[in-house]
Amino acid sequence: MKIAVLSGKGGTGKTLVSVNLAAVAKTSTYIDCDVEEPNGHLFFKPKDIIEEEISVKIPKVDGNLCSGCRRCVEFCKFNALAYIKEKLIVFEDICHSCGGCILLCPEKALTEKEKVIGRVQKGTSEQVTVYTGILNPGEPSGIPIIKKLLDENEHERSKTIFIDCPPGSACIVMESIKDADYCILVAEPTLFGVHNLNMVYELVKLFNKPFGVVLNKCLDGENPSEKFCIEKGIRILGRIPFDNELGSLNSNAEIAVRKSEKYRTIFSSLLEDVKKEVHHETTSDS
Amino acid sequence: MKIAIPVNEKSLESNVCVSFGRTPYFLIYDTDTQKSVFLDNSAAASTGGAGIKAAQMIADNKVNILLTPRLGENAADVLKSAEIEIYKTTTASAKDNIDVFIAGKLPLLNEIHAGFHGHGGK
Amino acid sequence: MKQLLILSGKGGTGKTTIASAFIKLSKARAYADCDVDAPNLHLITKQNSLPKKRDYYGLPKAEIDTELCIECGQCRQNCRFDAISADGKYKVDPFACEGCGVCELVCPVEAVTLKPAVAGELLLYTEGEKVFSTAQLKMGSGTSGMLVTEVKKQMKSAAADVEFAIIDGSPGIGCPVIASLSGVDMVLIVAEPSISGISDMERIINTATKFGVKTAVCINKFDTNMQNTEKIENFCKGQGISLMGRIPFDSDAVKAINNGQTIVDIVCASGAAVKVVFSKTMELLFEEGGGLRS
Repeated sequence: MKIAVLSGKGGTGKTLVSVNLAAVAKTSTYIDCDVEEPNGHLFFKPKDIIEEEISVKIPKVDGNLCSGCRRCVEFCKFNALAYIKEKLIVFEDICHSCGGCILLCPEKALTEKEKVIGRVQKGTSEQVTVYTGILNPGEPSGIPIIKKLLDENEHERSKTIFIDCPPGSACIVMESIKDADYCILVAEPTLFGVHNLNMVYELVKLFNKPFGVVLNKCLDGENPSEKFCIEKGIRILGRIPFDNELGSLNSNAEIAVRKSEKYRTIFSSLLEDVKKEVHHETTSDS
Repeated sequence: MKIAIPVNEKSLESNVCVSFGRTPYFLIYDTDTQKSVFLDNSAAASTGGAGIKAAQMIADNKVNILLTPRLGENAADVLKSAEIEIYKTTTASAKDNIDVFIAGKLPLLNEIHAGFHGHGGK
Repeated sequence: MKQLLILSGKGGTGKTTIASAFIKLSKARAYADCDVDAPNLHLITKQNSLPKKRDYYGLPKAEIDTELCIECGQCRQNCRFDAISADGKYKVDPFACEGCGVCELVCPVEAVTLKPAVAGELLLYTEGEKVFSTAQLKMGSGTSGMLVTEVKKQMKSAAADVEFAIIDGSPGIGCPVIASLSGVDMVLIVAEPSISGISDMERIINTATKFGVKTAVCINKFDTNMQNTEKIENFCKGQGISLMGRIPFDSDAVKAINNGQTIVDIVCASGAAVKVVFSKTMELLFEEGGGLRS
């Protein structure tokens, strides 16, 4: 079972929800797909880390073979190639690894080489297997890392897998939720929160994923996100109150369910509700 | 000697454009013939790597000197490989900068900023 | 035009809440929202008129003409982004397509063409003497530094003679942030006293100082973790970065925002604190000779 946790914007509590759900589920897998700002590992502090570098294929020039026809320079939509003083220059940080230049070089002067764009770490924290994807700064796309993170776990579907998605609704988020069985949207109780929730709501609808909302940072008084859910007929999975205890545990990168009985109860019941929903979705689908 | 300047309009009096890669035009001024030519910058519409493409065009036009207010690191790499000298513009209009340059009073451009990585897709 | 950029590194630190208060306090005549992924500023700055809208084009995307397609599979085999599916007819997934043009290159019958694709929308509000520039990226279009640049350009050209502008920046440390940074006079970083907030703040300070932009920090919700607040303050002192003050956690702030008000529209603790941060920031921004701007 794969459960993706997403939100329209950073800071809504996406990591809080996914980390605590994974921790309360005991034997589970947590995957941090927020490769630009992976924060889940700060909470889990995983041990026995195995690290693997992730690379993409970029062109390498053999200057002796290059005839200077410039077809590659003209072809490259990303302007990653320049031909100056009878020398072809490759701008590796701009290259999107499409392979076009290699395909069209009439002299076979271009070949592939590997370029490391980031890494994937696997470790354990109690019974939780923790995967973290880390994209090197300045790299154009984290998608190859996300693909790797999700492929690795394909055979472990029997376990409950929690995917901590990047914020927003960009293609990198689409990649993260593609194979998810269920999506949890995390929303803040503000006018901003509704606007951001609406973005991911549109996204999960587009991908036809079953989903529900967790309302985070709930205070007394009006909750615009709750109102939005009621209006749209969206299932509210749970409410996490705003309080200083949780705020302080979270800001010190502690996992609330491992420190406090109160939160263990809240997240256990949230997990049960999510499981019921997923079960309901899978049985009603077939 | 050929001098290139990113400009906002096709005129010698035009202001210098603050962006090298995404300037609408380049003014190419030939100090020997005192003639000026304006090139459309095809790189301006690129979603990424505009600086590289613009620098390639400047190099292809056999320019010796570039006057610009700022420059990204990738464009600077191309221009350096092409042995083009880069000076920093100090006043608003293209013409004034040419005059100041010819008088030997423009400073070399020292600070090269990190690329904006304005690649569209991801 | 003096430009103040408000950044956070991490999302959710209160960047927009503070930016909207600053706009109110300064009576700014030009402001922009560069958080093109999830723009929020318009929700609180209240516009009475409709904006001028303009499509923003990102990278072109491939399209397959199924009439011409002979289903040879070349495009699918050569696409590095798994963007072409062949369930029945050959089709391009516009969300996965990066517009590289390889499919167009390998197609033996010219059935594939790259077509311009709308990636978002630029919006410009002009009301009386006020100019507000913002944008919204389309779903799946990803972060774009170029759209950020367009938002700033739009603001500048519509408010050319305005002396002072406030820009709500993008979260993160990626290319949109770098695009937000270019050309501004000062950056105010809104930091949050959490472990993840601190690590993000350090990264954003590194980027800003690399650009030679005057940088200052204020701490939002400082009382949620005093230890980390002190850590941030010590870090800034060590780096020679000016501290603009502390803003407490305040449930009234949430109420104000939900009523479509800024925190300085009501009497509350966070509003009072932000006024102090504002006057210190203005002092630093307009301080002579302090800027490193070229």
